Amino acid sequence: MTIALDRPLPVRIRRPRGVGVALAGAFLAFAVAAAALPGLFAGDPLAADPRHVLEAPSAAHWFGTDQLGRDVFDRVVHGARHSLTIGIAATLVAAGLGVLLGLLAGLSHKYADEALSRGFDALAAFPLLLLALLFVAVAGPGTMGLIVAIGIATLPHYARVVRSQTFVVRQAGYVTQAVAFGDSRPRLVLRHVLPNVIGPIPVLAVIGLGEAILAAAGLSFLGMGPQPPSPEWGAMLSEGRGYLSIAWWTSILPGVVVTLVVISLTVVGRRLHRRFEGRTA
Amino acid sequence: MLRRLATGLVVLWAAATAAYLALLAAPGDTVDAIIGDGADTPLIRAQIIQEWHLDRPAVVQYLDFLWRALHGDLGRSYLLQRPVAEVIGGQLAPTLTLASSAGVLGVVLALVLAITTRRPWARRVSSTLELVLVSTPPFLIGIILLSVFSFRLGLFPVSGGQGFASLVLPAVTLALPVAGVLTQVLRDGVDRALDEPFVVTARARGLGERAVLVRHALRHALLPAVTLIGWLFGILLGGAVIIETVFGRPGLGQVTLNAVTSEDMPVVLAVVVFSAFVYVVLNTLADLAYLIIDPRLRRS
Repeated sequence: MTIALDRPLPVRIRRPRGVGVALAGAFLAFAVAAAALPGLFAGDPLAADPRHVLEAPSAAHWFGTDQLGRDVFDRVVHGARHSLTIGIAATLVAAGLGVLLGLLAGLSHKYADEALSRGFDALAAFPLLLLALLFVAVAGPGTMGLIVAIGIATLPHYARVVRSQTFVVRQAGYVTQAVAFGDSRPRLVLRHVLPNVIGPIPVLAVIGLGEAILAAAGLSFLGMGPQPPSPEWGAMLSEGRGYLSIAWWTSILPGVVVTLVVISLTVVGRRLHRRFEGRTA
Repeated sequence: MLRRLATGLVVLWAAATAAYLALLAAPGDTVDAIIGDGADTPLIRAQIIQEWHLDRPAVVQYLDFLWRALHGDLGRSYLLQRPVAEVIGGQLAPTLTLASSAGVLGVVLALVLAITTRRPWARRVSSTLELVLVSTPPFLIGIILLSVFSFRLGLFPVSGGQGFASLVLPAVTLALPVAGVLTQVLRDGVDRALDEPFVVTARARGLGERAVLVRHALRHALLPAVTLIGWLFGILLGGAVIIETVFGRPGLGQVTLNAVTSEDMPVVLAVVVFSAFVYVVLNTLADLAYLIIDPRLRRS
């Protein structure tokens, strides 16, 4: 086969992914630590210092200072709590409701399944951000509003996967056998169906967490999140936008941190995905 | 095909209903929202209740809402006291201009990248770039571009929606994440297609590598990409709301944000139902596009 030699090989290139995944994991661990104990890594995020306003990054202020003389690094570290809490809680809401509704759809009668599935389709038909805005309009802005909004808006991802998995598991021999043994319905669902459909959900949730954090930052950027002076990442970017001409660091550096978190989640999520691929019901 | 249409209609109906439920669940009194900062007397309240038919049962109001939506009447804005269609219609043009130019730019960029970065090193650079683009919040891309090209280099206006120069940065901002995702999908598709036997046949016929790539492999890679059209639209429209804020452009984004903050529910509802409508239409069109791209489907 001489033809094969002069073209790029169709084989996937093996990246030295160990390093990337390790870096991503370490960064995520740091972010979680910052969210849990921000005081350990940074000073007061609300301490204003009118003598040092909009100073460029330096040894004293790693990320510079903002328009009130607050240290941007301190605010970013403390902001991890807001942003990660919203992201994680929204993902839990989405995955929890998604698994529940997906199971329900997969196990119920044809018509109920059809109704639920069209419901998922309808939710998925809205652009994530617009749907979230609709729910924010109902639930009100702030942390709770964002969690509910993003949680409901991203629920179809999980529900659809669980539903199709349930269809497969329903036909499995061990389920038939359990039915023959006279297992009660709740026991059947909890012992035999649920553990076998839930497999892909954690990996999906890791990737979904990145999406939720992006959405939360976007909504906060629009002023729908925790209100100032709370140091939320998206809100910091929005505040910094006004000072962009003289101080790029107040908006761009928090944004870079958001990006790094999402990249890390994607890298870790993809690695997990490859690792557990094919290991479903 | 008929089944597809019926499903689309059901999804639309469900979307409208969900949106209406949200309206019912909204906190605060509708009458308060309509009065806003205006005069508040029992007489005016009674007038408003009568004018907006708020004394009817919720079910009747819902059916009325559906009936009117079916005729393209999306109700009236509480705040502006004008038909919602007018409010949205007036701001649609700048958003559509932004979204469509970003969409075209993103697709072209993705096609070019997927075809030109076949060499291992180029592919590695490109896929790292894609990962970064996909993970970056669109408003950060906008702020970086703004900082470099508007404030540092002074090449483009800082804000506003007038003329071509003010369109460049927002369109690029919106196009980059789109290009990131599409390139990944197209590249995977091309990789898979190149493993197929027909590629060997094409090469055996003496076709050049470029022709094999563009005429055969890319055509196959387009199929999964077309499926993404609904997603693409969502990104473009949702992204436009944010990008318009970053660049201070007029458009649907401003209208939506104002409506959300002032609890002008008919406008919020209309934007959401409208976007669901476009999504369903696009997905139906995508199904038709399959028939054009894939001759095998035409026979069945």
